[in-house]
Amino acid sequence: MSVAGECCCGNVDTREQKLTEIIEKYKNTKGALIPVLHEAQELYGYLPLKVQKKISEGLDVPLAEIYGVVTFYTQFSLNAKGKYKIQVCLGTACYVKGSSKVLDKLREKLGINVGECTEDGLFSLDACRCVGACGLAPVMMINDDVYGRLTVDDVEGIIEKYRNK
Amino acid sequence: METVNITIDGRKLQVPGNYTVLEAAKQANIAIPTLCFLKDINEIGACRMCVVEIQGARSLQAACVYPVSEGLVINTQTPAVRESRKVTLELILSNHDRKCLTCVRSNNCELQKLAEELNISDVRFEGETYRLPVDHLSPSVVRDPNKCILCRRCISMCKNIQKVGVIDTSQRGFKTIVSSAFNQSLAEVPCINCGQCITVCPVGALREKDDTDRVWEALANPELHVVVQTAPAVRVALGEEFGLPIGSRVTSQMVAALKRLGFSKVFDTDTAADLTIMEEGTELLERLKNGGKLPLITSCSPGWIKYCEHNYPEFLDNLSSCKSPHEMFGAVLKSYYAQKQGIDPDKIFVVSIMPCTAKKFEAKRPELAATGRPDVDVVLTTRELARMIREAGIDFTGLPEGHFDDPMGEATGAGVIFGATGGVMEAALRTVAEILEGKPVDNIEYTAVRGTEGIKEAVVEAGGIKIKAAVAHGTGNAKKLLERIKAGEAEYHFVEIMACPGGCVTGGGQPIQPSKVRSWVDLRKERAKAIYEEDRNMPIRKSHENPKVKMLYEEYFEKPGSHRAHELLHTHYTQRENYPEAR
Ligand code: SF4
Ligand code: SF4
Ligand code: SF4
Ligand code: FES
Repeated sequence: MSVAGECCCGNVDTREQKLTEIIEKYKNTKGALIPVLHEAQELYGYLPLKVQKKISEGLDVPLAEIYGVVTFYTQFSLNAKGKYKIQVCLGTACYVKGSSKVLDKLREKLGINVGECTEDGLFSLDACRCVGACGLAPVMMINDDVYGRLTVDDVEGIIEKYRNK
Repeated sequence: METVNITIDGRKLQVPGNYTVLEAAKQANIAIPTLCFLKDINEIGACRMCVVEIQGARSLQAACVYPVSEGLVINTQTPAVRESRKVTLELILSNHDRKCLTCVRSNNCELQKLAEELNISDVRFEGETYRLPVDHLSPSVVRDPNKCILCRRCISMCKNIQKVGVIDTSQRGFKTIVSSAFNQSLAEVPCINCGQCITVCPVGALREKDDTDRVWEALANPELHVVVQTAPAVRVALGEEFGLPIGSRVTSQMVAALKRLGFSKVFDTDTAADLTIMEEGTELLERLKNGGKLPLITSCSPGWIKYCEHNYPEFLDNLSSCKSPHEMFGAVLKSYYAQKQGIDPDKIFVVSIMPCTAKKFEAKRPELAATGRPDVDVVLTTRELARMIREAGIDFTGLPEGHFDDPMGEATGAGVIFGATGGVMEAALRTVAEILEGKPVDNIEYTAVRGTEGIKEAVVEAGGIKIKAAVAHGTGNAKKLLERIKAGEAEYHFVEIMACPGGCVTGGGQPIQPSKVRSWVDLRKERAKAIYEEDRNMPIRKSHENPKVKMLYEEYFEKPGSHRAHELLHTHYTQRENYPEAR
């Protein structure tokens, strides 16, 4: 798993500096926590322990409270996202058409659970609410590509396509 | 405060205008069931157990947060109120691990009591349940989320009162739980083991790590010489476990019970408290004379020590190097006492009965092993002792008188008052003032440092020296005080800090009183009263006059602060990183 503060591109990580700036910007305002978390999430793509701890110290808010907020709101994520972010719709229409089976197949193929990222950093897997493509149910998205009328058998081919990109 | 006229269940009464409906009902002697409410600690109106009908209001209202106003008409017993409370309770019960028979809080559980009071005979909702692992990695506190009813009292205590904040709610909806950050064990986060969360939990979701088995085992081992020592605060609270009024002194029954349990010797930690005063007093005088680091801060409270190591490493050099009294005692037992009695120290098993859960962690510190083995083998809380007494079938209140054993059974009033906030300070002042004056001092009651005020200050003049002292109890108050010192807003020579609000009398290992009692009776005051009574009844009230302590110095330690004293009675501290995995 990649750790925040190191990144694979080989450039010096400027994110820590940026995070400090974000914290400074909001530090003395009321209700600073949520906007700081939002910007930090944008910066890192997720909110690992290291980032939350820095925010905790910077804003003098206990880490347990921050963790509580992060796990309360679905827009925050505790885990890194992959190069290809897979999102499987579990909205009613997709669910009825068997999207959970598709999700199970993806879990098995990638060897990760919902909310996790593969070791090579290539794929992350999430379930999401309705994406507004119910006509195509069941639907999954990989980054901005939409795949509709999926069957369990389609999964392998699609994954391979991205792996070989 | 202006009063208002209200009507509650048809009765007219006048109450202060800043009351809640719950407080008004209390005044009228009308019981309203509560669950999340704990006065001054958790007043968040979350559980809706306390609903009442307010005339003119559209829905039922939570009495614990609803303010009274002129002309308010309240009904606490209507069919709608009764049904709503029942539904609330049954919903909680439907996802509760209802194994009362094997639960540590059975018979002292607010949830169980409510089920009885509200006449619940069936849980109508058998919905989804989920089971989570129990966290028993911490040497002090065990958390069982399956018994948690999400009242949030522990969070409030840990975050708002203690200013530690290592637990909070996480997740949402049905999945909401109380957890540490990233679901870590309490053993891995900067928990200070104070156990205050346990004493506010209405149910069995939080408890101390039970070490009674290890003590039973030792008692049954004929090879071992099993001795026990008891802290001052235990004797003014243990009686509550056996139905006695709050603030009863049961020193004599406690000693008798310990003998019945089979301990070879029953010692009084107060003697070691006197020893602590000699060592700490000397340390203070030395630092005053030689320009050492000031203020000197007391080190008897292991919860405070861990808090300091995590959050205020810059004050580690201010801490007295003295071990806490029971650790000193353990070291003395395995050295001086072993030698004097001709017992192999490896065969001596030292049990400490403490009002404290943090001392369980403390006893495991590798540096507290002066003779190459742990100074203290097992720490039991007051509650665990009560359980052993019950398990042995001892009729506690009917016990004959018991007396502490020699050598070292004798203690002073100074040792006793260690149990209340301000007590260590007062005990130290009694001795230090006399040393500075070079003659006996008449007034030995330093009332300025007594009481429940969060931070107390006193200036004591003796021998031409002015000693500026401060006392803080509860780490939240300690934080305030330390920040003041850091900012240069206050200057002291000597500071006493206890991790628990109220000091040891309301330590995390003490008997638990339900919200119904604790919200209206100040346990800190009632138990402290008993401590000061005990002090007044002691023939000797100054540590340096304790003949056993004098003897110890004559026969073994030579003088306070000697080389041997440092080897056995003193320790050191290390900075602890918070959440080290974040690196
Ligand atoms: S917490 Fe209370 S209700 Fe729950 S099992 Fe224990 S005693 Fe019973
Ligand atoms: S023992 Fe003290 S520090 Fe630890 S969780 Fe409980 S209240 Fe917080
Ligand atoms: S652990 Fe106890 S005090 Fe804390 S929220 Fe659960 S039931 Fe309440
Ligand atoms: S809402 Fe009043 S006791 Fe919980």
